[in-house]
Amino acid sequence: MIRLTDLHKSFGANRVLAGVTLEVARGESMVIIGGSGTGKSVLLKSILGLVTPDAGRIEIDGQEVAGARMGRAAREAFLARFGMLFQGAALFDSLKVWENVAFRLLHGPGKLSKAEARDRAIDRLRRVGLRPEVADLYPAELSGGMQKRAGLARAIAANPEIIFFDEPTTGLDPIMAGVINELIREIVTEMGATAMTITHDMTSVRAIADRVAMLHGGQIRWTGPVADMDATPDPYVQQFIHGRAEGPIAAVR
Amino acid sequence: MSVTAPLAWLGHLVLSILAETGRVSRFTGATLAALVRPPFYAREFLHALLQIGWLSLPVVGMTALFTGGALALQIYAGGARFSAESVVPSIVAIGMARELGPVLGGLMVAARVASSIAAEIGTMKVTEQVDALVTLSTDPMKYLTVPRVLAATLSMPVLVAVGDSIGIFGGYLVGVNRLDFNGATYIKNTVDFLQFWDVGSGLVKGAVFGFLVALMGCYHGMNSGRGAQGVGRATKSAVVAASVLILAANYLLTEAFFSA
Repeated sequence: MIRLTDLHKSFGANRVLAGVTLEVARGESMVIIGGSGTGKSVLLKSILGLVTPDAGRIEIDGQEVAGARMGRAAREAFLARFGMLFQGAALFDSLKVWENVAFRLLHGPGKLSKAEARDRAIDRLRRVGLRPEVADLYPAELSGGMQKRAGLARAIAANPEIIFFDEPTTGLDPIMAGVINELIREIVTEMGATAMTITHDMTSVRAIADRVAMLHGGQIRWTGPVADMDATPDPYVQQFIHGRAEGPIAAVR
Repeated sequence: MSVTAPLAWLGHLVLSILAETGRVSRFTGATLAALVRPPFYAREFLHALLQIGWLSLPVVGMTALFTGGALALQIYAGGARFSAESVVPSIVAIGMARELGPVLGGLMVAARVASSIAAEIGTMKVTEQVDALVTLSTDPMKYLTVPRVLAATLSMPVLVAVGDSIGIFGGYLVGVNRLDFNGATYIKNTVDFLQFWDVGSGLVKGAVFGFLVALMGCYHGMNSGRGAQGVGRATKSAVVAASVLILAANYLLTEAFFSA
C-alpha cells in the first residue's frame, strides 16, 4: 500500500536519498535499518510531506502523494490516516498528557467533546500501560520511558491505518526498550495497521519486523523477510547486524 | 587574498540581506493568510494574550514611570534656560504619548516577548513538536504564529495606553514633589495641551510594534537551528530584529504621521 519509487533528496551538497525504491504491503510491519545520518528520518518525513523530495514518486494505495502541494482538505484527510511516534516523543510540553494524547480528537474535523476525548485518551494510556493518574500530569513530569508510551498513545489515539515509529527504543534502558518493542508489535497486530519503523537497534528489528530494508548510501541496499536477514550474504547487512567495525561500511561518517 | 575579495564579501552580504528580506516577507504573507482562514485556536489566543499582554504590564509600567519622572526633570532643566518651566506638563505628556510610551514600551516587550516566543517555538522545532503538530493535521502557522501575532498586535496599544498614563503620572509625581508644581495646574496643563492624535498615533505605533515583536519571535523560532545553540541564536536574532524594526518603523510612522 505504500510504494516509493526512485526517491531523491539532497540538502545542499549532501545527497541523503539517492533513488530509494521500496514497497510496504498493507498490514505489514517494515523496519528500515541503517547507520546514523543515512536518511532514514528523511525517508519517513518525505512520505508525510514534512520534507519535500527533489524527485521520485510516493504512492499510498496507488494514489500519488503530492506532499505540501496538496490542498488543505486533501492534506488533512491524508494525514488523518497516519500516526507517528517521534524519536523524542515530541509531546507538547504546554499541554497535559491527556490533551497530548487526544490532540487530534480535540481539533479538526469530527472532533469529540472534551469528556469523550479525555475518556478515549485515558483508554489509550491504559493500552500502553500508563495509569489514568498520568493523564493530568505535564510531559516534563514523566520519565523518558513514560514519555515514549504517551507518545505511542497519541500516535494510535485516532486509529490510524499507517503508523510510523522513529527510533522507538533510542535512549531507553534495555528492559523499557523491550516493553516498547512488545507494545508496538501487539498494537500493530491488533489494529491491523501498516507500520514503518526506523531503528538501528537490532533487538527492536527482531521484535517488530515482518520485513527489513537496509538503507545505505541513499539507496535500499537489501530488503527481505526478517527471517532471511541472518542468512543473507550481503556484506553490508552482515556488518550492520553484527555491529562489526571492519567491513564495507566506513565507521567514520 | 585577491583584490576582489572585499567586493565578493559585499556582494555576499547584499545577497544574504535580500534573501532574508524575501524569507521574512514570505513568512509575513503566510501569517496574514493563516490569520483570515479557519480554524482559529481561541485557547491558544487567550493564553498568548495573558502571556504577552497582561504579564507585560509590570515591566511596561515601571519603564514608563521612571521615564516620565526623568523626562520631567530634564524638561524642567531645559525649560529653565529660557524661563519656560511651565511647559513641563504638556511636553511630558506629548513626549510620552507620541514617542516614549510606544517606543520604550515596544522595546521592553521586544526583550520580554520576542525572546520567549523565539525560545519556545525554537525548542518546539528542535524537539520535533512542530513536526508533530503537522502530523496531527494542525498547521503550525495557525496554531503557533497566528495566536501570538494577534495577541501582541491587540494588546500592545493597551499596554501603550497604560504606559502613557503611568509615564504622565511619573512626571506629575516629580513635578509636584520635586519641582513645586501645583497638582491641579499640572493636570490641567496636561489635559488641555494633549490632543487626540498625540495619543492615537502612539496607539497605532503600539499595534505595529506588537505585530513586529511577535512576528520576529515566531519567524526566528520557526527557523531555529539545531540544538541549544540554535535556539540561543534564534532568541538573540529575534530580540535584535524586533528592536531594530521597532526603531525603524517608529521613524517611518512618525514621518508619515507628523511631517509637514
